[in-house]
Amino acid sequence: MKKPGKMLAELFRNVTKPPATIQYPFRKLEIPGDSRGRIVFISENCIGCKICVRDCPAEAIYINKPGEEKIFEAVFNLDECIYCAQCVLSCPKDALSISPDIELAQISRASLRLVYPAKPKPPQPPKEKVDKPAEGNAAPAASA
Amino acid sequence: MNPDKIVKIPMGPQHPALKEPACFTISLNGEKLVDLDLRLGYNHRGIEKAAEERTYIQNIYLLERICGICSHSHTTCMIQCVEQIAGLEVPARGRWLRTMVGELERVHSHLLWLGVAAHEVGFDTLLMYSWRDREIVMDLLAAMTGNRVNYSFNLIGGAKLDITEEQKKDILKAVDALEERTKYYIEVATEETTLVARLSNVGYISLDDVMRIGVVGPTGRASGLDSDARKDDPYAAYDEIPFKVITDTHCDVYGRALVRMGELMESYKIIRYVLQNLPDGPIAVKAPRKIPAGEAISRYEAPRGEDVHYVRANGTDKPERMRVRAPTMVNLLAVPKMLKGDNLADVAITIAAIDPCFSCTDRAIRVSDYDGGNAKVMTWEETRQFSIDWYRKNGVDFTELNKRFANRIK
Ligand code: SF4
Ligand code: SF4
Repeated sequence: MKKPGKMLAELFRNVTKPPATIQYPFRKLEIPGDSRGRIVFISENCIGCKICVRDCPAEAIYINKPGEEKIFEAVFNLDECIYCAQCVLSCPKDALSISPDIELAQISRASLRLVYPAKPKPPQPPKEKVDKPAEGNAAPAASA
Repeated sequence: MNPDKIVKIPMGPQHPALKEPACFTISLNGEKLVDLDLRLGYNHRGIEKAAEERTYIQNIYLLERICGICSHSHTTCMIQCVEQIAGLEVPARGRWLRTMVGELERVHSHLLWLGVAAHEVGFDTLLMYSWRDREIVMDLLAAMTGNRVNYSFNLIGGAKLDITEEQKKDILKAVDALEERTKYYIEVATEETTLVARLSNVGYISLDDVMRIGVVGPTGRASGLDSDARKDDPYAAYDEIPFKVITDTHCDVYGRALVRMGELMESYKIIRYVLQNLPDGPIAVKAPRKIPAGEAISRYEAPRGEDVHYVRANGTDKPERMRVRAPTMVNLLAVPKMLKGDNLADVAITIAAIDPCFSCTDRAIRVSDYDGGNAKVMTWEETRQFSIDWYRKNGVDFTELNKRFANRIK
């Protein structure tokens, strides 16, 4: 039936309903577990190959060797990272992973620089080599 | 028409009715629009040049940011070129998953458009409800790919993530809910007399003009042009999935709304079909970092129309040239034609009805030979003949295709 006011019924149906928006930060939205938020670095696994640095589209990750030992720290620029997780995909040693932490606003510029300090490797090799599923772009360094 | 009475009004570059900067200089005689001059370039970001400086892997993420709405469209289009050059065969499951994300993207884009269009004609109730319902598909995409926009779901060689049985169920449930809502919006659009009256006969463009200007996507299909890259030149899994190309003969903004809503219903069918028939197997093949020399062009039916990418590789891990032709580029050229003779108040909704995306569109080309003395001006016919000859010389003959095309639009 053609007449104006087609959406009136919908409006009345929604009058008694709570708002569709939520009152952040008092209530938080549920974030799916594998959302791409802050990248986590596990220094013990890192071998310093820097494939992650080369593949990062935003130049947001740096891998440094602070001392003489073969242990590495990672520096993330939270303001430059686009949270694409390419570094996670590229890393051959599972030293990087994603976390659903998306509340990354900081009050100063300096704290946007996130440093994961270098940790010495445990005496035993920590993990067996894990076969990752087909990942087209995670080619080992030798092939490049 | 008295030329003294013509008033010129600039609309933009910054204007409340435009979501992105572009400048439309409107010449008015009273309330009637007599001419419209278009100026783009306020959003030029140099993405094509930036792409030449980055590796293919980095370019996936760069090209994803051409457009916040059709991010999957642009990466798929680029990646199809690269896969073609490298001779990669994407596994079936990867292609089907790409298709599904592409359709989910179409759903959220068309629902977004519905809200924007409703807002432009002052029907904010529809804006609020359609955008609330759009959250359903945004949440789906977030759960499936890890982000609401810029999903980075594509890899050169396939898809990045697989879906679980649980996600399948969630998607089916959400698609049911969305379908019901879309049916309601179709009801609103066809029965709400104020809306029908406001959109009918606004922004009229005939099939002939659509063909002449080369309009693509829902804008073209609303004028009866039966053209859709998913059917004409199937990519991903579209050759294996049954679906209809929605067309309409209203030729106005109302027709464009009907086409988009019809497409939503088709998208739900495609998504269901993909989930029910998803082939097993790997989702990606391993791609080399260095892409062998070669060039390729690929077409993709983005929510706004046909997106075309061109990539030239030179054997390194960076492309030598990348070219992007976003659908808005051609559709914008039709706007002056659509608006001629319409009222000033119709400008905003007519521009919104092509679903423009100015940042997708802004590209710059410098013809470097122009001052070197080799420049030559060609007429339209000469240019056409030149390209036909050029393609023939390179072994491509369009005669058959032209015949088929001519038959279809009769
Ligand atoms: S790719 Fe992985 S192992 Fe290599 S430097 Fe980066 S974090 Fe370390
Ligand atoms: S998530 Fe992307 S942008 Fe951020 S550090 Fe990793 S590769 Fe770079």
